[in-house]
Amino acid sequence: MYKVVIPGDFISEDVNRAGEGTYIEGGKVYAMRYGVVDDKEEIKVVPFVGKYQPARGDVVIGRITEISFPYWIVDIASPYEARLHMSEATPDGEKRIEFGSMHTYLDIEDLIVAKVTNVDPLMRIDLGLMEEFQLRGSGRLITIPYTKVPRIIGRRGSMIKMLKEKCNCFIFVAKNGRIWISGKEDDMELASDVILMIANEAHTSGLTDRVASFLDSHRRVRMYNRKNKGLKR
Amino acid sequence: MKKEGIELIKDGKRLDGRDFDELRPIKIEVGVLKRADGSCYFELGDNKVIAAVYGPREMHPRHAQDAKMAVLKYRYNMAPFSVDERKRPGPDRRSVEISKVSREALEPVIIKEFYPKTEIDVYVEILQSDAGTRTAGINAASVALADAGIPMKDLVSSVAVGKIDGEVVLDLNAMEDNYGEADMPIAMVARRNTITALQMDGRMTKEEFDKGLKLAMNACRQIYELQRTALIERYSEM
Repeated sequence: MYKVVIPGDFISEDVNRAGEGTYIEGGKVYAMRYGVVDDKEEIKVVPFVGKYQPARGDVVIGRITEISFPYWIVDIASPYEARLHMSEATPDGEKRIEFGSMHTYLDIEDLIVAKVTNVDPLMRIDLGLMEEFQLRGSGRLITIPYTKVPRIIGRRGSMIKMLKEKCNCFIFVAKNGRIWISGKEDDMELASDVILMIANEAHTSGLTDRVASFLDSHRRVRMYNRKNKGLKR
Repeated sequence: MKKEGIELIKDGKRLDGRDFDELRPIKIEVGVLKRADGSCYFELGDNKVIAAVYGPREMHPRHAQDAKMAVLKYRYNMAPFSVDERKRPGPDRRSVEISKVSREALEPVIIKEFYPKTEIDVYVEILQSDAGTRTAGINAASVALADAGIPMKDLVSSVAVGKIDGEVVLDLNAMEDNYGEADMPIAMVARRNTITALQMDGRMTKEEFDKGLKLAMNACRQIYELQRTALIERYSEM
């Protein structure tokens, strides 16, 4: 069902449907990346791995890495660091935070949920906080290649819905491939195991059915991941 | 270049029993390094090479960034134990030159505009050397770049041809390189017949050059098929 291609592979002559991960040359569509072909509406190549490229409107999970007045510098699992202006974090519309007290709002290493509000041509990334922006308390953060996020969510959210139900966890999947899971220790363990499995097998077909049967037998999933020692790469 | 006293061709065969247009055995493994974004282990006869790709990632120092595209960096490095006599570790004149040439061999296929202001690092480590390591390095790096999900137009394949005992032959080994008359490494985009790197050490006539180029182009197509198979098979095993 899924066709694996490498850069330079001829995909189609239908130039008008050429989408992401492809390039056009001499009236033909070729693969630009190593991945699988998605030929539904557009002809796309979904790469197996890659670095997250921020786009306006994406919701991402970031980690504060630095405070540089009046910005927080945020790592968003991308080649580019993002910035969050201090006015984003003031509770009742105050515009200013006293110099030196930014860490009382958000400190280094804090995890936030943010929306990319702007990406300029110089690749400066601006963030805005989401309403429920703080990821605190017991939970865990796992990272998968961002290209596999649609697989974790599934068609119209079918996969993520099943995961949430069967694992009895709160699961939040961000565009940049970071996933926040919170729940009971055992449930979180199961959820992260299954998510890693989906990421490792994202290019195979019939995955939803397999995940469903895996979820019904936790132990098999545990054994699978122990054998594969987590995410393959 | 020619040193006397060694017969490199006997009864129409080379010292290791190969025909004139025969490659050494090739083995390719993709994704061998877990912490790298992309990697490839490549064997060409007794050459053993590993390539690792990191990035695109934030580039430092900042003033070296390119606002329009990613910067490709390539480091060719020989392990001290890769040759008969211990090689003094670290970069030297030869490895700096090979790094530059190899980088320029790969640059034409990489679509660098996708990740402005970043760098893509390619590290090629020669673990064991038997002539032709730069070509093995380019082959490995090309596969590792694809494995890292770098946007590319095509793969690059590379091989050397040379002249021994007056005959034009493909893919010289260390003996043939040391006692032969010429050595010519070539890198090309096999499917487009585009040459991206060509060097020559020694002397060949125009006819010999043409013959060698033809040999190399055919061999690059063979290598390309192997590179392709290695990449496709990695995700077909399940």
